[in-house]
Amino acid sequence: MGHRISVTINGTVHEAEVESRLLLVHFLREVLGLTGTHIGCDTTNCGACTVLLQGRAVKSCTVLAVQADGREVMTVEGLARNGQLHPVQEGFFEKHGLQCGFCTPGMMMSAYALLQQNPNPSEGEIRWGISGNLCRCTGYVNIVEAVKYAAEKMRATPAAAELERS
Amino acid sequence: MVISHALGARIKRREDPRLITGRAIYVDDLNFAGMVHVAIVRSPHAHATIRSIDTTAARRAPGVVAVWTGEDVKARCGPLPVGPRIKEMKAPKRFPLVIDGVVRHVGDPVAAVVATTMDAARDASDLVEVDYEPLPSVQDPEAALEPGAPILHQDLGTNVCFRMTYGGGNVEEAFAGADVVVKTRIVQQRLIPAAMETRGVVAQYKGGELTVWTSTQIPHVVKTTLAETVRLPEHEIHVIAPEVGGGFGSKLDVYGEEGLVAALALALGRPVKWIESRRENFIATIHGRGQIDYVELAAHHDGTVAGLRVRAIADLGAYSQLLTPGVPTNTGLMCCGCYRIPNAHAEVIGVFTNRTPTDAYRGAGRPEATFLIERAMDLLAAELKMDPVEVRRKNFIPPAAFPYKTPTGAVYDSGNYERALDKALERADYRALRDEQAKLRKQGRYLGIGIATYVEITGLGAVAGLSGGNWESATVRVEPTGKVTVLTGTSPHGQGEETTFAQIVSDRLGVPVEDVVVLHGDTRAVPHGVGTFGSRTTPVGGSAVYVAAEKVKDKAVQIAAHLLEAAPADISTDGARFTVRGSPERSVEFKDVARMAYKAYKLPAGMEPGLDVTHFFVPKERVFPFGTHLCVVEVDPDTGEVTFRRYIAVDDCGNILNPLLVAGQIHGGIVQGLAQAIYEGVTYDDEGQLLTGTFAEYVVPQATDVPAFELDHTVTPSPHNPLGAKGVGEAGTIGATPAVVNAILDALAPFGVKDLQMPITPRRVWEALEGNSASR
Repeated sequence: MGHRISVTINGTVHEAEVESRLLLVHFLREVLGLTGTHIGCDTTNCGACTVLLQGRAVKSCTVLAVQADGREVMTVEGLARNGQLHPVQEGFFEKHGLQCGFCTPGMMMSAYALLQQNPNPSEGEIRWGISGNLCRCTGYVNIVEAVKYAAEKMRATPAAAELERS
Repeated sequence: MVISHALGARIKRREDPRLITGRAIYVDDLNFAGMVHVAIVRSPHAHATIRSIDTTAARRAPGVVAVWTGEDVKARCGPLPVGPRIKEMKAPKRFPLVIDGVVRHVGDPVAAVVATTMDAARDASDLVEVDYEPLPSVQDPEAALEPGAPILHQDLGTNVCFRMTYGGGNVEEAFAGADVVVKTRIVQQRLIPAAMETRGVVAQYKGGELTVWTSTQIPHVVKTTLAETVRLPEHEIHVIAPEVGGGFGSKLDVYGEEGLVAALALALGRPVKWIESRRENFIATIHGRGQIDYVELAAHHDGTVAGLRVRAIADLGAYSQLLTPGVPTNTGLMCCGCYRIPNAHAEVIGVFTNRTPTDAYRGAGRPEATFLIERAMDLLAAELKMDPVEVRRKNFIPPAAFPYKTPTGAVYDSGNYERALDKALERADYRALRDEQAKLRKQGRYLGIGIATYVEITGLGAVAGLSGGNWESATVRVEPTGKVTVLTGTSPHGQGEETTFAQIVSDRLGVPVEDVVVLHGDTRAVPHGVGTFGSRTTPVGGSAVYVAAEKVKDKAVQIAAHLLEAAPADISTDGARFTVRGSPERSVEFKDVARMAYKAYKLPAGMEPGLDVTHFFVPKERVFPFGTHLCVVEVDPDTGEVTFRRYIAVDDCGNILNPLLVAGQIHGGIVQGLAQAIYEGVTYDDEGQLLTGTFAEYVVPQATDVPAFELDHTVTPSPHNPLGAKGVGEAGTIGATPAVVNAILDALAPFGVKDLQMPITPRRVWEALEGNSASR
């Protein structure tokens, strides 16, 4: 049985007819072709599929597409604007916060959500903030550094950063 | 250390921009018109006979295109590779689906359902009715050796796949004449590699060419093997490893699904996709470790080691995969560690059990070797009441002894083990730590200091199970505009060689790093290759790039000399420009030399056009990175919880091409090694059901579970390759497990606890202390 849904993704409204059981992550990947969001498990443990739903980090493998109806979703594809990397992306690039890159989109979305709530997190708060996201490559050391870098950059130029992006 | 403007520099990764913007393409991101999806029906039994398979209902389900069983595979597919041929090895044939009517582990593939959507395929796979007759199974490798144990492969008549011995000297005499002997039995628990991307295969047969996209570390090996498996001429097969989301050895294999999906694409004439679920990944992708080691170390009162005896029983699981026997044999080869042990004997027995097959997982036999010798050295230190540092120092192979041949047959290229140890001790302020430990013990707090000094083996090449010798290929192609394309036969999947190999070329040719693009993982683009594993990518693959670039440079100099009407010996270059020495006005730009190499009307007599060199680098010998890891923990005796205080790693991987990337490799490596010590472990029940079947039960560490690390290096270049590099992909893992375990057991020494089974969970610590509560 189909449901007509309308979801705003990275600022663009998408309408589609979806099956009841379709997961948000499959809606993003299969229906819309937004393959930057990855699937790393089937038990909501790994966090590779993390996106923002109404500004909150959610694991999109545990959200039905119909639950996103009428709401706003932000994915990794929405981080950079006008060819300008977001400070979170810049941090991962500068600090070697990724290796194979598979967990990275979800990891960055969790970091983004954390920094929205806590612009100046301690190392412990960063580790806690990304603890729902598994990374098998980096040992997390440089991810923590990347988030610190992003936090500093966002605090230094909050207005400028937002202006550039708008 | 910066070796040149490009080599040794901290250069950000060139692969990152596509990965941080969601533009990278992994296998599951591929979609083609008309593509169909595969779900695999897997055995729920550890050992059973298939009485019958009824696919009627599945075939009728909505969207189903085909259902295959072993019969279909038997008609269409040849066998899969079953490991390097080692002496008197008995290995059963493997096929993409079970074809002989017997399943041998939970997860053994029985049938494949193909449908128009993934959901339809999975729904229909539930409708395949398989009637099994369960057989007695054997889970424990020691039990599998017992007479009367269930035999997995009746035609082999035994569960023993192979027996190998390593050693030299006179071990019996050494033990008879020793003052002390320490013994231990170590269970190297199975681990799940758990790359964040599971495996996946897409295949398409179009225009007389079979293209297979697969999440692999060895695309060229897959191509050669597929030719036999799907019976197609090799030059009609194109294998692509697109973006690969981690491997750690688990994608260093040729899996049945690669052949199955390819065969389906050929038979159905449609693109076919299979993406492994995480649950499948835990039962159908190889596991690592899985070894029981009996270790005996004989020594004199002063701490000098006289002899070592090892009996390693390797749990191979149900089948021999591509390199399965090569893993425990590494343990036999490397069990003497950093020490001059004149008399050593290691017996390695590979045994089939009704479990998921084991194969190479980060370290692949060297972590087991390092762990056993490093635990034994600590036991010896405790027995002799010596400092673990002093026992190690006393037995180190001295710097002057290199190249050094161990009694087990390894020839260590270079090393200075004491220098790395000293650096770690100095950084840790070891004496102060021991003082603090003594002080805290009086307060009822238990600090532990663990040391592991390791040596490992890298630059492993293509053993017999793979397609060739111990080589790697590289092409350095200067385009007519002076830009450079590098083709490497390695297949990096997170290691960053698109950056480091560009650095090598930049260093040799003088062109900016930005002018170099490194291509890999595509068998049509890269003519030949072996792959990325065993920390070989830089020492072997990087050396191939280095030599190819040198040859390009030689040719460019000859062309420049000809254009400038000078002798090649008189040409100097800064990369951008070739100049006649002493006549700065007589010069030609690099890009003009490149252009002229292809215009080809003014080349030296007899020279072929082009500026393009392919080199197969064959290392003279394998290389041996080493180092010291020092871990400081505090153990809470009431809860058994382990808290990390400090972790210091001093690694020597020879010359460092990019310190940023080396640090990343070590960080990640340490976490995987540390995880074996205290978090990760595969658990099966007596029936062979995997109890740690998801990330909820199998504890891959989260960010909150691990500390930050203090890294340092010593640099002892390898004499065996032009880069002087040794490889660093596995060192962290190899050093970490014994460092952490030695630290925990050092903390628990006052309680008389000498050994604990990994993973050393709070419960295991707590139980050990309860058992020893009298001594508290």
